[in-house]
Amino acid sequence: MSNEPRIGVYICHCGTNIAGVINVEELTEFASKLPNVVIAKNYQFMCSKPGQEMIIEDIKQHKLSRVVVAACSPRMHEPTFRRCVQSAGLNPYLLEMVNIREHCTWVHEHEPDKALEKAKALVATAVARASNLEPLEEKELPVVKSALVIGGGIAGLFAALTLANSGVKVYLVESSPTIGGKMAMLDKTFPTLDCSKCILTPIMNEVANHPNIELLTYAEVVDVQGSVGDFKVKVLLKPRYVDPTKCKACGECAKKCPASAPNEFDMGLSKRKAIYLTFPQAVPTVYTIDPKVCLYFTKRDRMGRPICGVCQKICPAQAIDFNMQPKTVEINVGAIIIATGFETFDPRLKKEYKYGVSPRIITSLEFERILCATGPTGGKVLCPPDWKEVPKRVVFIQCVGSRDLTVNVPYCSKVCCMYTAKQAILYKERVPDGEAYVIYIDVRAAGKGFEEFYRRAVEEFNVTYIKGRVGEIVIDPETKKPIIRVEDTLAGCMIELEADLVVLAVGLRPSQSTLKIAELLKVSRSPDGFLQELHAKLYPVQTAVDGVFICGCAQGPKDIPDSVAQAKAAASAALEILAQGFVRTIGHVASVDKELCSGCGICVSVCPYDAIAIKVEDGRRVASVEDVKCKGCGSCAAACPSGAMQQRHFKDIQLMPVIKTLART
Amino acid sequence: MNLPAKVKVAFYWNASCGGCEEAIVDLGEDLFKVLEAVDIVFWPVALDFKLEDVERLSDGEIDVAFINGGIRFSEHEKVVKLLRRKSKIVVAYGSCAHLGGIPGLANLWTKASIMDYVYLKAPSVVNESKTLPKEITQTDAGDLELPAFLDALKPLGQVIDVDYYVPGCPPTPNVTLKAIETLLSGKLPPKGAVLGASARALCDTCPLNETKPEKLAIKEFRRPHTFIPDPKKCLLAQGLLCLGPVTRGGCEAKCIKANMPCTGCFGPLDNVLDFGARALSFIASIIDQRDEEGIKKALGPIIDLVGQVYKFSLPSCPLRGLIKRKEV
Amino acid sequence: MSKSEFEPRIVVFACNWCSYAAMDLAGTSRIQYPPNVRIVRVMCSSRVTPEMVLTALAEGADAVLITGCHPGDCHYLVGNYKTLARYTLLKNVLDELGLGDRVRLEWFSAGEGERFAQYVRSFVEEIKERVVNLQASTPEGGR
Repeated sequence: MSNEPRIGVYICHCGTNIAGVINVEELTEFASKLPNVVIAKNYQFMCSKPGQEMIIEDIKQHKLSRVVVAACSPRMHEPTFRRCVQSAGLNPYLLEMVNIREHCTWVHEHEPDKALEKAKALVATAVARASNLEPLEEKELPVVKSALVIGGGIAGLFAALTLANSGVKVYLVESSPTIGGKMAMLDKTFPTLDCSKCILTPIMNEVANHPNIELLTYAEVVDVQGSVGDFKVKVLLKPRYVDPTKCKACGECAKKCPASAPNEFDMGLSKRKAIYLTFPQAVPTVYTIDPKVCLYFTKRDRMGRPICGVCQKICPAQAIDFNMQPKTVEINVGAIIIATGFETFDPRLKKEYKYGVSPRIITSLEFERILCATGPTGGKVLCPPDWKEVPKRVVFIQCVGSRDLTVNVPYCSKVCCMYTAKQAILYKERVPDGEAYVIYIDVRAAGKGFEEFYRRAVEEFNVTYIKGRVGEIVIDPETKKPIIRVEDTLAGCMIELEADLVVLAVGLRPSQSTLKIAELLKVSRSPDGFLQELHAKLYPVQTAVDGVFICGCAQGPKDIPDSVAQAKAAASAALEILAQGFVRTIGHVASVDKELCSGCGICVSVCPYDAIAIKVEDGRRVASVEDVKCKGCGSCAAACPSGAMQQRHFKDIQLMPVIKTLART
Repeated sequence: MNLPAKVKVAFYWNASCGGCEEAIVDLGEDLFKVLEAVDIVFWPVALDFKLEDVERLSDGEIDVAFINGGIRFSEHEKVVKLLRRKSKIVVAYGSCAHLGGIPGLANLWTKASIMDYVYLKAPSVVNESKTLPKEITQTDAGDLELPAFLDALKPLGQVIDVDYYVPGCPPTPNVTLKAIETLLSGKLPPKGAVLGASARALCDTCPLNETKPEKLAIKEFRRPHTFIPDPKKCLLAQGLLCLGPVTRGGCEAKCIKANMPCTGCFGPLDNVLDFGARALSFIASIIDQRDEEGIKKALGPIIDLVGQVYKFSLPSCPLRGLIKRKEV
Repeated sequence: MSKSEFEPRIVVFACNWCSYAAMDLAGTSRIQYPPNVRIVRVMCSSRVTPEMVLTALAEGADAVLITGCHPGDCHYLVGNYKTLARYTLLKNVLDELGLGDRVRLEWFSAGEGERFAQYVRSFVEEIKERVVNLQASTPEGGR
């Protein structure tokens, strides 16, 4: 059989949409005379069953090797005709569609002669292009049916559970010694005033006990290679110096431990020992030694021996092991979900609010710890640092580090209005004769039950809301109490409000680990610093990196219900790949002629998907395309200075005849 | 095609700076090896043969004619057509013959305004009689002839049929030697091939290629005279407009090794339609700016983009017939 | 050739996701525009090279229009920024060569069918005004 292409051209009447404007017989006659055209026909509705069958019959009978269909837009029916030729045994990429309806007869109705002329030019072009088309493969690559969830907060927990309950093996990696995240630090949650830990700990236990979840706490992701369906991830397991298989969490070690440090879980408002359990319900319930504080590690005697080892001596389970080493494990997963959460805005950036100058000025998260029964005061509202005085006037200041261009944070952190209302209510519950003020710009209470909750704060608990932006806080030199200076914009006057305690409603910022993971996984960040979703409206949990999903506050500020919803969405998106069992590459991917490639690397610089890398092959640096990552845009082919990089189905030799024919005719 | 023992060669120069003639001499001791194998029958710059000597040869008697320089005058046209008749193989030697070369940039201006500027208006000209060159000047002793200044400068291939090309401004000794060896070997590549050089871009053999960062992202290009580049790091990555990625290699990266960016004298690779356009595409591709203002700023220091990307190849541009020439 | 007889031929590059869809929409809405345009479909406007534009002009097109998604909306995230850079550099060179008015870059979202038709109408008129057949006007008379 000769190598000359045998082209069949099929012209659709599309009822009268095409045939009503141009003479389809003349067009067919014209087509039949074009180079390599073996047969040219026209029919009323090419996309109909008889129309498609005509093509299939002709492919078989006339041994056609290319098919051109001149009809409506390929955006409409290219898949239809590709399937059609495929069923006749022809590679679907050997079909070329010509748009003589949307781009011709429908827009040049009043100039039928010119429309026919244009249709002829378009058909001639399509025939020239068809002659140069090549069969292309859509590869199916197997997918590893397991997933990695990075982050053990409420979002990460639900993402892991949703996947695990669907039969997927999940590795949940959390950098701190316990899962639970920020939600474990909360006293009550709005708007229901549920006890946070009470609703969280059952979830934490479910995760710990789930047969499909492997919990890797006090661990960090340090390297990710591969692509969707087959990621190879290196996880560093930090040494606790306590054997998790032996530790019974009796707490004897902590009782005797001589060293202590500020307790991060209480935001520094209390102390913890060098050997510690983050909180009593921590999962896993295993103590951890902080080597930066522990005397065994930090102090040696003159002979070079550690001066302390008390915990090891008294541990009834002999669980202490000072010789533990960091360990790196490698896991293989098909999808990754990032749920690395948030951190709060550092109010020291707002110097005028004097955070750090007076102990009476604290952040909302610090106040939350004070409210919490497991916090530094056992849930009693008392002023730091002495914990003796009950504050009779608490002033909450909204939008600290949100909606504020002076600190480069233009966005709204979404949850602060609600958590402030909650904190004000909780304060009033415990100190009924106290005064609670909230200084706000707007009150945003958009969620279910939120407006009603805010109204409760105002009407039931008599929280006073003052609309204004706090100019500054000054410390009274005598009383040492903070005085808030603000314009009450509704009353139209300046006020100076002296407070016993000031709570700054700090905004949400992307956490440090979010920033690190973004770089590692090559996920871009939005202008606000959080992780960038693939499409703001339609793909909120996907990223530009196939197989990597995001959820929770890593994607943007949100409350618990939204975090849970997004976590389940991310898991469901991951399941689309994992349940299917394979990923398909597209046909029109980039392809490099390694002989011609000089390894200049220009292509690597333009690829939005990091699908190209320069590798050393046969002693030469050449570009190498990862088909599964390539999305087929063609930018690399356009950038390639030597013509070595081409885009299949849109190669220079396939496009140039199109351009030439259209320019000439 | 088997060439006879003592191969007859000719060298000729058109609108040439003389560098390509020097390039032959630059072969150094290898020149003696070449001279053993060839019999030079015409080389105006070095030997005393006249045009009549060439005219007396039979057609095709010259085995290989190496012609350098662009076609600028009617005389050039005449001589190269003569040499074509008299030669079996014609080699366009050097950028000017290959692509048009630097003098090709004159095609941006009208012939009349070039004449005007060069002979009347340029700051260093003193020409009170306002004399312009004329093709025929009548004198008492007879007519004096000057060759005509053609409308456009053309590369050799646009005037006669060319068999092979040797690239470079000038071709480096290693390329010249390899080209000559190929021709003498008798194993000739397909007609139209570029001899002596690489089939890949310069980056392939550039010692600095491996120092490139993973991604190139230039916020603003820099001119070579504004700073001293680090000789151990890719010049393109340092913001210089190095055309290495788009230029045919084979020159052993001599300019790079002298700490200067490549200007593209070896021309495009096979399958590249237009050097300048291909260069524009890759340069644009590494600009790290997202709006028109930023892109123009990135280009800012590059005040003559045409001169940069079409330095050697303007007469070969597919648009040459459509250029609206400017007044100087 | 007089202005009334001259019909310019414009080659248009359209990206599969936005601009080609806009052109389809013009069709579905039956918005009429002059038949002088010939559309080349690519997946992303970033596939279009200066060489392609040069080829179109050299082979007889009177003008070239590159179209794609609005910046920020590229289906392939950042492709159209590369298109913009390539076009900007090409325009710089074409302006020097006196051909800058023949090549344009314009963004169309999938919903801008009417705007595309309008753009074609005015572009055709403009080219008619300024260019009386590329081939006939230059001294070299083409290639």
